[in-house]
Amino acid sequence: MSGTRSNFQAARWNEELIMELSEKGQRGIVPPAIDADIAAAVGDVAAALPAGVRRTTPLDLPEVTQHRVLRHFMRLSQMSMGFDVTTDMMGTCTMKYSPKAHEHIARGAKLADLHPLQDVGSLQGLLELMYRFNRIMCSISGMDEFTFQPASGAQGIYTNACLIRAYHESRGELEQRNEIITTSFSHPADAATPAVAGFKVITLMPGEMGYADVDALKAAISDRTAGLMLTNPEDTGQYNPHIRQFVDLVHEAGGLCAYDQANGNPLLGVVRAGDTGFDMCQFNLHKTFSAPHGSLGMGCAAVGVKEFLRKFLPRPLVAEAEGGGYRLDYDQGEGIDKIRAFIGNVHAVLKAYSWVMSLGAEGLRAVAETAVLNNNYMLSRMREVRGVTIPWPANNYPKLEQVRYSFEQMFAETGVTSHDVIDRMVDYGVQHCMPSHVPMLVPEPFTMEPGESLTIAEMDQMLAALKAISDEAYSDPEKARGGPYNAATTRIDGDVPEDPDCWAFTYRAYQRKKGHWTSGNRRKIEHHSGGY
Amino acid sequence: MAAFRLGLIINPIAGMGGSVGLKGSDTAEIVARARALGAIPKAPARACEALHAIRAAEFPLTLIAAAGDMGEHEAREAGFALEILGSDHQTDTVADDSVRAAQEMAARSVDLILFAGGDGTARDMVRAIGSKVPVVGIPAGVKMHSAVYATNPQAAARMVLRYMRGGIPLRELEVMDIDEAAFRQGAVSAKLYGYLSVPYLPDLVQGTKAGGVSRDRAALAGIAARIVAAMTPERLYILGPGTTMRAVADKLGIEKTLLGVDLVRDGTRLTGDAGEQDILRSLEGAGSIIVTPIGGQGHFFGRGNQQISAEVIARVGIENITVAATMEKIASLRDSLLHVDTGERMLDNELLGWRKVITGFQTESICRVAT
Repeated sequence: MSGTRSNFQAARWNEELIMELSEKGQRGIVPPAIDADIAAAVGDVAAALPAGVRRTTPLDLPEVTQHRVLRHFMRLSQMSMGFDVTTDMMGTCTMKYSPKAHEHIARGAKLADLHPLQDVGSLQGLLELMYRFNRIMCSISGMDEFTFQPASGAQGIYTNACLIRAYHESRGELEQRNEIITTSFSHPADAATPAVAGFKVITLMPGEMGYADVDALKAAISDRTAGLMLTNPEDTGQYNPHIRQFVDLVHEAGGLCAYDQANGNPLLGVVRAGDTGFDMCQFNLHKTFSAPHGSLGMGCAAVGVKEFLRKFLPRPLVAEAEGGGYRLDYDQGEGIDKIRAFIGNVHAVLKAYSWVMSLGAEGLRAVAETAVLNNNYMLSRMREVRGVTIPWPANNYPKLEQVRYSFEQMFAETGVTSHDVIDRMVDYGVQHCMPSHVPMLVPEPFTMEPGESLTIAEMDQMLAALKAISDEAYSDPEKARGGPYNAATTRIDGDVPEDPDCWAFTYRAYQRKKGHWTSGNRRKIEHHSGGY
Repeated sequence: MAAFRLGLIINPIAGMGGSVGLKGSDTAEIVARARALGAIPKAPARACEALHAIRAAEFPLTLIAAAGDMGEHEAREAGFALEILGSDHQTDTVADDSVRAAQEMAARSVDLILFAGGDGTARDMVRAIGSKVPVVGIPAGVKMHSAVYATNPQAAARMVLRYMRGGIPLRELEVMDIDEAAFRQGAVSAKLYGYLSVPYLPDLVQGTKAGGVSRDRAALAGIAARIVAAMTPERLYILGPGTTMRAVADKLGIEKTLLGVDLVRDGTRLTGDAGEQDILRSLEGAGSIIVTPIGGQGHFFGRGNQQISAEVIARVGIENITVAATMEKIASLRDSLLHVDTGERMLDNELLGWRKVITGFQTESICRVAT
């Protein structure tokens, strides 16, 4: 199976928006009438609402039959790609197989029927699981306490920024310490979230080896330094070997150090944030710990801290109760109180717990080693693909879990960009890759992260697809530039997602923007989408 | 809808001096010497590469080409039907031919001019049309200090095609040139000649990769607000050239010499387009220098702002220098490196190493200054 998949054709339903499927009088579900006793007991539920917030016209909901709703979502799922459909090496995202057994446990009534406000005495099983997973995460990371409240990686990083703020505030130094230091190849959230938390942000540009060097950090550090927030390995897959010195320098200056471990897959069982001196860290359970992710849903960041920061964590924490069992501890908060409601996306915690328990400590280390090995296999074979270069040739160390490649040479020789390659990949029945986070310092970037789940045959198939695209770029560049041809949609060029006039997150926004499209962006949208 | 009107100007001798070590092709004499040394013009082939790529896309357009080897030949070779402009020039092209062609194209309301050349050709475009007509530059010269050029001919073709499809904003990029005669003597003396209006396409111009144009504008406004908020009374502020410094002046509500240095004290402009002596005379008390690096290139001293001389810098003090640039501009620099060339080796060495660059209201980067 190491050849390319031929004659691939994705489903292309040209499916309408659900609002456009609406037909007056159609019904998906007729809810049962309210029992007369309940109606009498509850009375007029709207009466409690102030007049100003009471709706005067009915909600504009689509009226669609049940089978059409089913078809709608089945069709959309057929038009999507992901790990359960095909090989997926989306860089910086740590795509991996999420065992379906864990999905079944999470969907079972024992978890799905729980309510966050029910009596703690009836939540003991869940709380025990949360507590035990907390201890597991502490031993993986070298931290002393975790919260699972943040619902996304960025929210986890934001939590770290808030912890740094709360710490300096408690010491009366927040006014003076208002600068966070990060690096250009860390995830953009390491710069964006401290800015949201009110800090100034200093970004270190890479040195000759492709990562920030110690002198750059020294130039950034001062008595205004509040903390350091970074990923390591960075998005380039390169590990900064001076990390211990970074942490020590920031500590000497009075700052705290937060380790964004969204790129934590190659480090499981190998390096612990706590042992490297970090004061706090965060993992994405929906990446490294196998809870599924994508479509911005159902994430969970595990944020861990050293003992001296425990009091600043958002509440409640799950704690052991006197006389056995577990309780929710709302009491000792001095810090940020809440990042999100309740105790987090517990089904993601359950899936991550199941994953860790099925692997054990040795299994976790094998995950890291296999992910690194797979990546370096891809790296050695990618050198065979014409037009591909590896940035920072001076840096000969093996990469960790991913590599940021460059198609700069192919672009100069053929006019085919990395975006063209990415768009063409889908025609070979494999998921496209990530180019780069911003700022794009590597020209024509292309970031690939194979992870630990794939077999060598699957990796060879991906390589065969990329070689075929490279051959095409050098023999028929016009064709290579026009993909995808057989995918669920036609191409969307880089400038469309950059332009707020060209996208809408709600039907209302879609209607409003559609009415005001200039001829320029109408042409752009129609060209790229095949028309609305 | 009327067909898109694309102008084409090729400086047929651009790039000739380079292959034979003559560091430029600005005068007829140099071109003759280059020919004698066996130099082959680079621009026609590079222009052809871009034109073939445009032609292959079969986008409906009207091509208006300068006559003869200034565009007509290459356009025909690529298979375009075209409007010819002017008559074939006589000998080796002099700058005036490029200028005249660009002016006439502007008069004929072209939507975009595609030109091939080097820094000298870009200067001709500034002279002819300024930022009135958008341009796309095919890099083909010996000297390539200007930020206006696409990264290569293929990129130029992509820019033209994307711009023709519509919805692409424009922005101003720097046109730089160095004094060729001085360069041949071993001295580099560069000047900022102006700005051309270039389609904003994140991947295709000399590296413009930090996000959308709106983000870039917001970053400029943020830089300006930050710098103005930090200004103190009675201090002399020496504002270097460039659009970043123009944003600072806009924030202050004062006029800015785009290509020159302006002196500001207490929120008002003391001297416009100040020379070195003006600056030294005004430097009685404390002063600050505020500059931005050249896009795509990275010099923040010694290119386009020589008025801020080594003596001025020494008087102001290295600790009173502020460098500002959007992340967009930093991403456009090779290896994110900054450069200085004050003319004084000792001072240059003092400026080397890691330096803070203001990138927004609440953001800074630490960039390396290299020789």
